Amino acid sequence: MEAVIVIEHLYKRFGANVVLNDFSLEVGKEENVVVLGKSGSGKSVLIKCIIGLLRPDSGTIKVFGENIPDLNHEELDRMRTKIGFLFQGNALYDSMTVRENLEFSLRRHWIGFSQQKIDGLVMEALENVGLPHTVEMMPAELSGGMLKRVALARTMILQPEIILYDEPTTGLDPVTAREIDNLILKLQKKYHTSSIIITHDMNCVKNTADRVALLLDGKCYAQGKYDEFERSTDQHIKQFFE
Amino acid sequence: MKFTANIREFFGETGNLAEFTGRFFSIGIKPRFEIKELFNQCYLIGYKSLPLIALTGFIMGLVLTMQLRPSLVTYGVESQLPVMVGIAIVREIGPVITALIFAGKIASSIGAELGSMKVTEQIDAMEVGGTNPFKYLVATRVLATTMMLPVLTVMGDAICLFGAYIGVNIRSVTSFHLFFTQVFHSLSFGDLLPAFTKTFFFGFAIGIVGCYKGYNSTKGTQGVGNSANSAVVLSSVMIFLIDLLAVQFTDILGLN
Repeated sequence: MEAVIVIEHLYKRFGANVVLNDFSLEVGKEENVVVLGKSGSGKSVLIKCIIGLLRPDSGTIKVFGENIPDLNHEELDRMRTKIGFLFQGNALYDSMTVRENLEFSLRRHWIGFSQQKIDGLVMEALENVGLPHTVEMMPAELSGGMLKRVALARTMILQPEIILYDEPTTGLDPVTAREIDNLILKLQKKYHTSSIIITHDMNCVKNTADRVALLLDGKCYAQGKYDEFERSTDQHIKQFFE
Repeated sequence: MKFTANIREFFGETGNLAEFTGRFFSIGIKPRFEIKELFNQCYLIGYKSLPLIALTGFIMGLVLTMQLRPSLVTYGVESQLPVMVGIAIVREIGPVITALIFAGKIASSIGAELGSMKVTEQIDAMEVGGTNPFKYLVATRVLATTMMLPVLTVMGDAICLFGAYIGVNIRSVTSFHLFFTQVFHSLSFGDLLPAFTKTFFFGFAIGIVGCYKGYNSTKGTQGVGNSANSAVVLSSVMIFLIDLLAVQFTDILGLN
């Protein structure tokens, strides 16, 4: 399988706290890789390094063959049109309506688009997540699940080839969490995206993972299918299933 | 030990603010410009501040005149009241009071808004979405405060002088024409130019401090509150420091 993300020997520390310590991982085209790990294990740091929000101390993160830490601002902006990022807290702009939230990136990247075309893309993104009626609402008027779905619509609107999900089901009830899982799979099938999903929600892992990677002590401790993880006798893996 | 730590923190903070200001000049004012957001901020920061500036300016002019009158009556120079009030308002009270009111309203608002955006990852989301948040959020706000404060000061001065005119007429009768003729005859270019010029620096300081505090906000909601609070305190101190430097500078130039 062709690899779209190749991470090799990644190191990141904050002061004396070593978060990523020789971490390596590959993500194939149209593959969903779930990175599993305890809270504070460095999962979010990992995907923030991939998107270029944090700069690793050393190591390489090649996305479509380009090393992210080597890119300048313009190159990084161009690369980011190919990478979507779903924030744990949604990070919707709370002073803007849902429509404005979705239009914001669109207007900057696709400058030549007519208002009619932009409206069409906004509505398509909202229909994908089942929320076309929220287009004129403010984020404060939406429930937790709706916020997550609007955030997902915003992530998808530039039609990225890779999506990074930072704990997509955290804080949601099991039913809504399941809906988000299904939405992730539906959008992946529709747009043929590759994904890294950061989570410690085992239902999310089971529903969405093509492959699971366990982040432990800053390293990729183990990789495999969900079933292999479930059957594993390794103490560190077993504790996630208890 | 704590004293040394405080000193180190002070210089650290000063260095960070200087670096943030340098970043504004290196990337904040280069194309591509966020013109639409700049106009939006000018509206929110300038136009929306006008009622408050007008109200405080009017009261300031009125009170200043009423407070000055007894002293001038004692010395028998009551007729010079418009002249004294005019010079005081245009040279010092107008710019400084307007800047302080503006700092209270705008620096806190910018600090809280950007701080809230920072802790809810909206600034990161903007960056991930391919928008330079420094240009979109910081440059537009700093330019808006720098451009709007001088305009508000001119308007504030005018309203303050009108308040002074009302104040003069509480105890005596002076025509509108006579009052303003006396005020403008007493003012020279050397009074207006430094007073007007320093308001650009006041506006810049308020904008950059508000943005710096908000942009570097930490520790959740408590951090947002601290950002708003310290933005007001620091920008108010900066106004007085700039005023002190301005008066020294104009003194050297012989404009005092």
